[in-house]
Amino acid sequence: MSTVAANAPGVAGSGLQDVAASEASLRRFLHGLPGVDQVGLEARAATLGTRSIKTTAKAYAIDLAISMIDLTTLEGADTVGKVRALCAKGRTPDPTDPTTPRVAAICVYPDMVATAKDALRGTDIQVASVATAFPAGRAALPVKLADTADAVAAGADEIDMVIDRGAFLSGRYLDVFNEIVAVKEACKRPDGTSAHLKVIFETGELQTYDNVRRVSWLAMLAGADFIKTSTGKVAVNATPPVTLLMLEAVRDFRAQTGVQVGVKPAGGIKTTKDAMKYLVMVNETLGDDWLTPHWFRFGASSLLNDLLMQRQKLTTGRYSGPDYVTVD
Amino acid sequence: MAKKKNTEEPAAQPTGGLFAYAPAPESPAAAGDIATSYGHFIGGEFVDSSGSEALKTVNPATEQVLAEFAQGTDEDVDRAVAAARKAFADWSALPGSERAKYLFRIARIIQERSRELAVLESIDNGKPIRETRDVDLPLVAAHFFYYAGWADKLDYAGFGASPKPLGVAGQVIPWNFPLLMLAWKIAPALATGNTVVLKPAETTPLTALRFAEICRQAGLPKGVVNIVTGDGRTGAALTAHPDVNKVAFTGSTPVGRAIAKQLAGTRKKLSLELGGKAANIVFDDAPIDQAVEGIVNGIFFNQGHVCCAGSRLLVQESIQDELLDALKRRMATLRVGDPLDKNTDIGAINSAEQLARITALTDAGEAEGAERWSPACELPGTGFWFKPTLFTGVSQAHRIAQEEIFGPVLSVLTFRTPAEAVEKANNTPYGLSAGIWTEKGSRILWMANKLKAGVVWANTFNKFDPTSPFGGYKESGYGREGGRHGLEAYLDV
Repeated sequence: MSTVAANAPGVAGSGLQDVAASEASLRRFLHGLPGVDQVGLEARAATLGTRSIKTTAKAYAIDLAISMIDLTTLEGADTVGKVRALCAKGRTPDPTDPTTPRVAAICVYPDMVATAKDALRGTDIQVASVATAFPAGRAALPVKLADTADAVAAGADEIDMVIDRGAFLSGRYLDVFNEIVAVKEACKRPDGTSAHLKVIFETGELQTYDNVRRVSWLAMLAGADFIKTSTGKVAVNATPPVTLLMLEAVRDFRAQTGVQVGVKPAGGIKTTKDAMKYLVMVNETLGDDWLTPHWFRFGASSLLNDLLMQRQKLTTGRYSGPDYVTVD
Repeated sequence: MAKKKNTEEPAAQPTGGLFAYAPAPESPAAAGDIATSYGHFIGGEFVDSSGSEALKTVNPATEQVLAEFAQGTDEDVDRAVAAARKAFADWSALPGSERAKYLFRIARIIQERSRELAVLESIDNGKPIRETRDVDLPLVAAHFFYYAGWADKLDYAGFGASPKPLGVAGQVIPWNFPLLMLAWKIAPALATGNTVVLKPAETTPLTALRFAEICRQAGLPKGVVNIVTGDGRTGAALTAHPDVNKVAFTGSTPVGRAIAKQLAGTRKKLSLELGGKAANIVFDDAPIDQAVEGIVNGIFFNQGHVCCAGSRLLVQESIQDELLDALKRRMATLRVGDPLDKNTDIGAINSAEQLARITALTDAGEAEGAERWSPACELPGTGFWFKPTLFTGVSQAHRIAQEEIFGPVLSVLTFRTPAEAVEKANNTPYGLSAGIWTEKGSRILWMANKLKAGVVWANTFNKFDPTSPFGGYKESGYGREGGRHGLEAYLDV
């Protein structure tokens, strides 16, 4: 199973096809990636955070950010009613202004996929399902694969899997790699198409930036369509430096293999100002090719309402306040 | 030589398509009132010059005249030195804790008025508001805070008990960091009990004159700080004045050399901070993305008008192509233009004269056979501008590898071994700063010991802090500014 999987066409010609041939070769490759200087990375992210986004640029960025949201509910208390309400919100984020774009996807637990799918019928909003024993990922592989297959069978367009952080931190890189390959396989549908695979690293648990660069390459080599920072369930979720580092990784991966991979920061992005900072990072690190919901997403729930309030302010000149957006 | 061709443009310019930033200009009115003409600040008063000659300061981004100011005469300098001398007795007799109060007050006023000062500095100098706001002004305030803290602790600075001030300090500063260089000069001088006569550069006098207002606002005793404006003639009159006890100069090596000659045989104490041609050395195990940022910050920060700029990139041959590709990609995202736009990375060249010098040296680089590259970027129609520029195929013999360009121009050289990197880095008459990029700590220490440079940055560049001494080796000058070491230049020790 330890072969480079789905991204093979590009990877094959890049000299990277044998990287995952053995535990030793994969480790050699990942440890041979350039190091990350913490101070420098954080300084760069902070500098990009000072960009001043005004008027037309702000209007563009707000609409773009709305269209990139994976509107998320991942609670033990989720019900059919709650998921339906969230889907309605995703379809019509601002009922007072029909020009407001729709969100990219609704992100739910596997048992809510069918509900979401039903509520979103007739739209192009994707249904994303977390899987693989989200958020901890502490289950046997067959359980994780069954979890994934179940979500795909229920109609999930996208699967947000978590990696085995324990395996990664103990240096069993090939196990992590093979698991991603297996989940990717489980994303396949009977008709030959495949659910889009997002791979969640839980960077707050991997801690170091060197680990984030290594796991990014590992996941991309294993066939990830998207790489995602966090589950939103631990103390530290998406941060600008971690996301910037992942943007650099997908940039370098495409340069080397020709394969483009998307990026999804998730958790802790709550304000329009935050979202602007992320879009500035995408703009100045990757450029136009990634400035679409197809290649960049925000995993968020409360962000949407702040974007809507800022959007209303731009159109009306007045800041209306939280009672003028819907609480779902 | 590069294996790949380095002449081609990078694949695509990463920014500027879909997500174009709208103008985000800081308001010029925030700079406060700029008078049509200025005299000097002597003995706590704004006074007219004894002469009639006036100079003009222009906004380098628009070429519009901002104000006229006086060309200081010998008589003006004499008056200012006399005022400083008169104030010296009382000022030096104040307990250190009292002097500290004034410095703390000045530091706080600078913080309160930082937006005004940042905008004024950008208008007069041409540097981007992002830098004046986020770098210059915070450092200016920090410098006053830092030396305020020393004023009552001089007994413990390592220069013996009750170290004495020198008297009147004559200080001449450059145009690249007008207010920051003023802070570097005035804060330690005042903390140690000296009084000062300061001459700002003739292209950037406005923030020094605004600082004079702040001295009044802080209630600083009259004559402790005096500002005399003018060009090099005024500076020469100040450094030559017989009643000046200490001369501090930051600027070009030729002028520094002339001052050293002028002062030879006198009792005046001298500190000089002069030119540089720093090597930024990148090893094959460097954190590449951060090294690229460090290279960009090293040479394009402040339009490259930085004496410690990393103007020579020494890159290990084995990663040359990879690094240069990444560097070009990054340079293509630099935003050149209106200094008051909050998203501008590179502002205007300070003066027509400096632009001519940069142009002449880069032309010489091309003529000598180095390969020139700049990203595609539009420059404004008026004002003084220069595209960020990269030279590859540079050898040690080229003028662009030897002479200080003082502009946004980077010369790329290669090396094969650490020993060769040291040899090439040190092969310059200057010795102000150097940068090392490697993940290997032992190599950083080994290199830092071998490099003849006053400041060695490891995995960063152009980082400043008031607690850290700054100064040069060889023809980059002598004496240190900043930190405990910076006190020595103003004490009779």
